Amino acid sequence: MTRHLYVHLPFCAHRCGYCDFVTAVGRHEQHGPYVDALLSELELERRLLAPELETVFVGGGTPTFTEPHALERLLVALPQADEVTVEANPETVTQELARRLRAHGVNRVSLGVQSFRPRLLRVLDRVVQPDAVRRAFYHLRDAGFDNISFDLIYGIPGQSAADLEADLADALVLGPEHLSCYELEAKPGTRFTHAHGDELARQADAMEAYFEVVVDRLTDGGYRWYETANFCRAGDRDLRSHHNLAYWLGRDYVGLGVGAVSTVAGRRWRNTPGLSRYLEALAQGRRPERELEQLSREVQQRERVMLGLRLDEPLVLGALAGVLDGEALLRLERLGLVESDALTLALTQRGRFLGGGVTADLLA
Amino acid sequence: MAQDRIRNFSIIAHIDHGKSTLADRILELTHAVADRDMRAQVLDSMDLERERGITIKAQAVRVEWKGHQLNLIDTPGHVDFTYEVSRSLQACEGALLVVDAAQGIQAQTLANAYLAIENNLEIVPVVNKIDLPQADPDAAAAEVADLIGDDASHVLRISAKTGEGVEDVLDAIIERVPPPAGDPDAPARALIFDSSYDQYRGVVAFVRVVDGRFSAREPLRAMALGTRFEAEELGFFAPTRRETGMLEAGEVGYVITGLKDVSRLRVGDTITSERRPASEPVPGYKDVKPMVFSGLFPTDSDDYPELRDALEKLKLNDAALFYEPETSQALGFGFRCGFLGLLHMEIVRERLEREFDLDLIVTAPNVAYRVKPPNGDWVEVHTPSDMPNEIEEVEEPYIKASIIVPKEYVGAVMELNNDRRGRFDHMEYLSEARVHLTYELPLAEIVLDYYDALKSRTRGYASFDYDIIGFRPGKLVRVDVLVGGEPVDALSLIIHRDSAYDRGRMLVERLREEIPRQHFDVAIQAAIGARVIARETVKARRKDVLAKCYGGDISRKRKLLERQKAGKKRMKQVGMVEVPQEAFLAVLNLNDEKKS
Repeated sequence: MTRHLYVHLPFCAHRCGYCDFVTAVGRHEQHGPYVDALLSELELERRLLAPELETVFVGGGTPTFTEPHALERLLVALPQADEVTVEANPETVTQELARRLRAHGVNRVSLGVQSFRPRLLRVLDRVVQPDAVRRAFYHLRDAGFDNISFDLIYGIPGQSAADLEADLADALVLGPEHLSCYELEAKPGTRFTHAHGDELARQADAMEAYFEVVVDRLTDGGYRWYETANFCRAGDRDLRSHHNLAYWLGRDYVGLGVGAVSTVAGRRWRNTPGLSRYLEALAQGRRPERELEQLSREVQQRERVMLGLRLDEPLVLGALAGVLDGEALLRLERLGLVESDALTLALTQRGRFLGGGVTADLLA
Repeated sequence: MAQDRIRNFSIIAHIDHGKSTLADRILELTHAVADRDMRAQVLDSMDLERERGITIKAQAVRVEWKGHQLNLIDTPGHVDFTYEVSRSLQACEGALLVVDAAQGIQAQTLANAYLAIENNLEIVPVVNKIDLPQADPDAAAAEVADLIGDDASHVLRISAKTGEGVEDVLDAIIERVPPPAGDPDAPARALIFDSSYDQYRGVVAFVRVVDGRFSAREPLRAMALGTRFEAEELGFFAPTRRETGMLEAGEVGYVITGLKDVSRLRVGDTITSERRPASEPVPGYKDVKPMVFSGLFPTDSDDYPELRDALEKLKLNDAALFYEPETSQALGFGFRCGFLGLLHMEIVRERLEREFDLDLIVTAPNVAYRVKPPNGDWVEVHTPSDMPNEIEEVEEPYIKASIIVPKEYVGAVMELNNDRRGRFDHMEYLSEARVHLTYELPLAEIVLDYYDALKSRTRGYASFDYDIIGFRPGKLVRVDVLVGGEPVDALSLIIHRDSAYDRGRMLVERLREEIPRQHFDVAIQAAIGARVIARETVKARRKDVLAKCYGGDISRKRKLLERQKAGKKRMKQVGMVEVPQEAFLAVLNLNDEKKS
């Protein structure tokens, strides 16, 4: 039975140039019907879910941009879980919202901070001001949230090394329990790449070092680099994102909502990304159209390697040894990028910086 | 036919100066080809013969004109085949020297005209294309007359296209070209001036009977190679095949031998009768050796057997083609091939690609070297990686280059030749405007891009020809390329010591651009022996991660990694370094090399 549930709320105030998630701008009149649809879908899929869930993650879009009544109805109806995370944009977090989230069982908030530099936020099309981040953070703390995560983006066009240092310092001053740091991905063909591609190409060499800076500053600041792009405060409490950990450990999960992905018992499916088709199907009590992928045993093993090597804990090999390239493994060990004994496999510190290429090498 | 009624001749012309058109007009005028059968350029048309199920190409055509038998002998069109041209000319008593009225004499015309004069041929000068608006027949006639030491009034002026003046050409052949003067009663001798291969009939020799006579079913022998065979069929082309059962002194025709290996009957050899053999062969036979070598590799390594079969088939028809298997770390299995020269190489490559539909990687050509290791014997080396590490002496082939150029480009040509280690030999004015230069150059300096450089420095006006004149000592070194400390065999090259530094630097710079960044620093070095002469570094990547990977991203990221891995599998492993085949190609491929 599946113990991890993802719920997608696609609505946003506007679309940011670099974003490639399934989102819908505005559409206030659809927020209510969309939540209805989510709840019907939840009923249709409930038999896949365990009676007691470990994690629920409400992502977006901007979940907190959803009409308060609709959002509340959703939160009330969602199953209980040990970890319930909601993604929020700082400008949407009021004292009132923070209290309501807390009152409805949310115990973790992931704040889309991205940067503390107004100039860089404008490049990202973010309307938020840095002060709004601090305000949101304290509203959440005041409401009793003791597990707050920041999303930060580095490699923004025009971001100097000093800008990055300042962003990291600003985040460390607030001291969230968790940080996700992503390099900006300029997807070919997007408006963003069209506008900033040349600048990014020019900065490419300098930015190679940014990842090292991020890891150095955060680990020096008392955080554990537990996944390629994720950090949590070290200490007695396990502050890793348990929902995301489920993905990286290859657990099953059910995703609800437009464009959401589920993986259950070797089958993976993605709901239609079309909002009106999604609404229409569920209004008629049908499952939305889905793109189905059958995962062979070998593919599942490859994914286990790919995902498992993102973590700081060694991957337990067992049957996974069969999908590894033995020659590449020896070569990478000699290069000091991989450490392996008969039972486990782990990337070294330097190996983790090159994790993508190293993993590609390792897979047979 | 009595010898005094026979005339044997060739046509010497630069490409596009009208050789084929003139040959067609001659066939038409002499009714050798019925008008309804008349196809343009009969001599050059292989398709026509194929349609009729004949794969034997007519290398000589017999026509009748005013009671005389005229044999038109085709000559191969290029400098690489100088030896074959000279054998074809040896089969004639005369040659039509055809020059375009608008373009005048070109280097290749000159080279072949000299060959004809050396063979004591009677030259009939012809200025063609007088119908062209830009024609200057007087200037062209003056150049030709000057070249052969004749009076300009003797130069025929024609248009092969319209037919104007072509009858005069036929008359001139009868009047000016002497008849053959062999001894019809002496032991039979025939010069092989060309040969081809037919899959059903075997080797077909094209011969000029010098003395005596040959009959069908007669046991024969090739005097230089000692090959014995029987004349299965004798005859001539007119222009279709006519079996006669007999060929007599002075005549030109074909002999079908049934031999299954074209290399057993070489151009220039003499055929005699086993029953009453001649004591001396016709002089002039040479064993022609390839001088230019290049690696041929299939782009897709699965095509290796096809390439091998194709080379085998080409070799049947081309005794001068040489090949042996070669294995390259970078390019896999292929062949090291030897060619007479650049055009020969180009022809072979083109036939492989066009007739056999092969996609090929052709490595930059190198020449044959003669090498003497300390305390060892001279050996010939065809590929840089075979060059011994310890060398006492090296020799490389030299050519005599003949270049005709408008006088304002003489300086540019001299500069180019100096850059290419050329030694000035001779200069003369062909006319007020045009100069003939001769230089001695190492063949290695022209095999890569000399012709392109010459064309670009003379705005396309230069014409160029060369002749190999032998081996000479050179200050040559082997430059090795090392990637991550490992030598890459395919990238070694032999080069003059003075150019080694520049070339080595160019190679490593090019490779640095082509080799993707790895998990570690990769040194790219060029070295002579243990001495590094150029070095570049491909800096290690510092970051290579897929940023986000959550529930909705897994399939896409997995496919991304699988593609990345597939790309890595296509790379060649040089020590620890992964090098894409494209990187080698950028450095090795002839086409790319020309572009740079």
